[in-house]
Amino acid sequence: MNNYLIVAGIIFCIGALGVLMRKNLIIVFMSLELMFNAANLGFVAVSNRLNLISGDVFVIFVMVVAAAEAAVALGIIVAFYREKGTVDMDKANELKN
Amino acid sequence: MDFKTSITWLIPLFPLAGWLLWGLFGRYFKGFSGYLASAFIGISFILSVILFFIVAYSHGFTDTLYPWVHAGTLKVGVSAVIDRLSVIMLVMVTGVSTLVHIYSIGYMQDDKGFSRYFSFLNLFVFSMIMLVMSNNVLLLYVFWEAVGFCSYILIGFWYEKKSASDAGKKAFIVNRVGDFGFATGIFLLFMSTKTLNYEKIFAMVPTMPTLTVTVIALLLFAGAVGKSAQFPLHVWLPDAMEGPTPVSALIHAATMVTAGVYMIARFHVLFSYSHTASEVVLIVGTFTAFFAAFIALTQYDIKRIVAYSTVSQLGYMFMAVGIGSYTAGMFHLISHAIFKGLLFLTAGSVMHGLSGELDLRKMGGLYSKMKTTAITFIVGGLALSGIPPFSGFFSKDAILADVYNKGFYFAWVIGEITALMTAFYIFRLIFLAFFSESKVDKNLHVHESPKIMTVPMIIMAFFALTIGFLGIPPFNHSVFYNFLNVDFQNAKNFAPAVNGMPWYVLSSISVAAGLIGIYIAYLLYIKKAVDPEKIKTIFKPVYALSYNKVYIDEIYNFLIVKPLLVFFDFLWKVVDIKIIDGAVNGIAGAFGSFSVKARKIQNGMLMSYLLTISIGVAAVLFYYFIR
Repeated sequence: MNNYLIVAGIIFCIGALGVLMRKNLIIVFMSLELMFNAANLGFVAVSNRLNLISGDVFVIFVMVVAAAEAAVALGIIVAFYREKGTVDMDKANELKN
Repeated sequence: MDFKTSITWLIPLFPLAGWLLWGLFGRYFKGFSGYLASAFIGISFILSVILFFIVAYSHGFTDTLYPWVHAGTLKVGVSAVIDRLSVIMLVMVTGVSTLVHIYSIGYMQDDKGFSRYFSFLNLFVFSMIMLVMSNNVLLLYVFWEAVGFCSYILIGFWYEKKSASDAGKKAFIVNRVGDFGFATGIFLLFMSTKTLNYEKIFAMVPTMPTLTVTVIALLLFAGAVGKSAQFPLHVWLPDAMEGPTPVSALIHAATMVTAGVYMIARFHVLFSYSHTASEVVLIVGTFTAFFAAFIALTQYDIKRIVAYSTVSQLGYMFMAVGIGSYTAGMFHLISHAIFKGLLFLTAGSVMHGLSGELDLRKMGGLYSKMKTTAITFIVGGLALSGIPPFSGFFSKDAILADVYNKGFYFAWVIGEITALMTAFYIFRLIFLAFFSESKVDKNLHVHESPKIMTVPMIIMAFFALTIGFLGIPPFNHSVFYNFLNVDFQNAKNFAPAVNGMPWYVLSSISVAAGLIGIYIAYLLYIKKAVDPEKIKTIFKPVYALSYNKVYIDEIYNFLIVKPLLVFFDFLWKVVDIKIIDGAVNGIAGAFGSFSVKARKIQNGMLMSYLLTISIGVAAVLFYYFIR
């Protein structure tokens, strides 16, 4: 049980660092997915340990939402690329000041 | 509701309906609104006459239309007191109103505010009827203010004219001074009696401490001074002549300005229990009567002469109610309403014939050109001068006889001198305007007014001649006296008669005073025995004093208006602009400059936002762990 959670924590930190440090939007997005899945891992681990079905149900929900969100996010990234010719996150600064 | 109460409430209903109809849909009625408005008021008049006979042959009553204010023990209803005093006022108000409405159709013809005019005139009649009928102080106060508002709006009827809108404001503001006292008096009355109903108040008055009664009476009198244009608040009435002349006839001669006298007559119990307050009323009335007549002597504006004459005659009425002769005061109120209304209507007719000319120096010889106007004016003038058998003789002499017989000799002497001056100034006006050689602009086409104006004048003149016969036999046994005095039985007789001077002795003195006044005017302006200009130079300071209206306007300007302007200027330029605006703008500015700095955080770097969020989450989590 503890091992599962430690792995989940490590994956989550990798994802978080990826989001914070990379500038390529696609990689940032991938790191986000990593964070989702770390959370999912935590859910199933705990729900298996406590013999509860709700954790599993929740994971299914997260996956569905993540899939929908992936479609939207990739659409935004494509639109962003068409607009700017790049997927560098720092170019998205129109709301500055 | 039985017959008499339904009649009672129908009387104010018609003018109220008229106000809404001409006010909201005036443009669809066009010229008809004048005829319809006159018809509406005419119906009210007929109903008032019916009510008059009901009350005269049975007895008065009170009726509540609906309860209005219910708060704890305080219960105020929209209710009417119909007794002899109020029916007389109702008949007078609606009667004069009807004639003035009809006259206005001719006078206001082609005015672009024709329907607006009749709308407000109807509103005024409604308010005045309610003022007369109300049986509690709250309702009285509401309609006391309502008539003041109508007066304001009708004085400033031609609002494009600066002087007219200024005069309206002046009337309103000067009335505020008096009404402040009036309102305070009502508060005090409520505090000491815990009720607003007339009957309950009057039942309590005899048991109240004299000081309280005096203070209340004086405060209420302050309201009357404002509304009835007594010294020192008389300044608004002459300026009120900026309004249309029929308005002057109706509001500023016959009805609204007499509300003060009516109010004292209504509160006779209260006033009769305070010797001091009544004495103040007498002094103010006597002084105003003399003072206004003195100013009227030298004016050249015909409407202003008649206006000052109104102030002076109102002074007589206050003299009467100040010595407890409420019936005499009311009689003069009624007869004055008719002959002064007549004088205003005829003055309006002169104005109409001369295309708006008001200056006596540009008139003369009008008799041959406008005979009806001239004759009706002379009837009014004779009534005002108190020459028998015109109505003014019976009513004014009833007052003066009472003043003498109750032992107020000084007031009596002043009253007689005023009577002489009154006759002089009104006949000076008549001689200068209608007789003597013409000084009218040659290009002016002088014409008699149309029938729709002259017929009301003739009717008024008829009543100015005959209404006085109600005063037979003179004075304290007359028809009118016996009819009305029933209502004043509860008054304390604080000034019993000390003399039994028969009426014919006293009357002959005042008639002589009147005739002397007329004769002096005749000598000066017709026979030219003495040149008026010469007298002017001999009595230069006195003349200047009278001509400049005793400088009252200038004194008020200097003592009150100027310091207030300086003070308000200070409030505006220092308190408002510097302190209040400064504080508001300062706070706004502080937020502005803070925002400029805070904006820097929004740097457009998604990384830094994320970092900030992460640090924040980390901080929150850390806080939960160590707690």
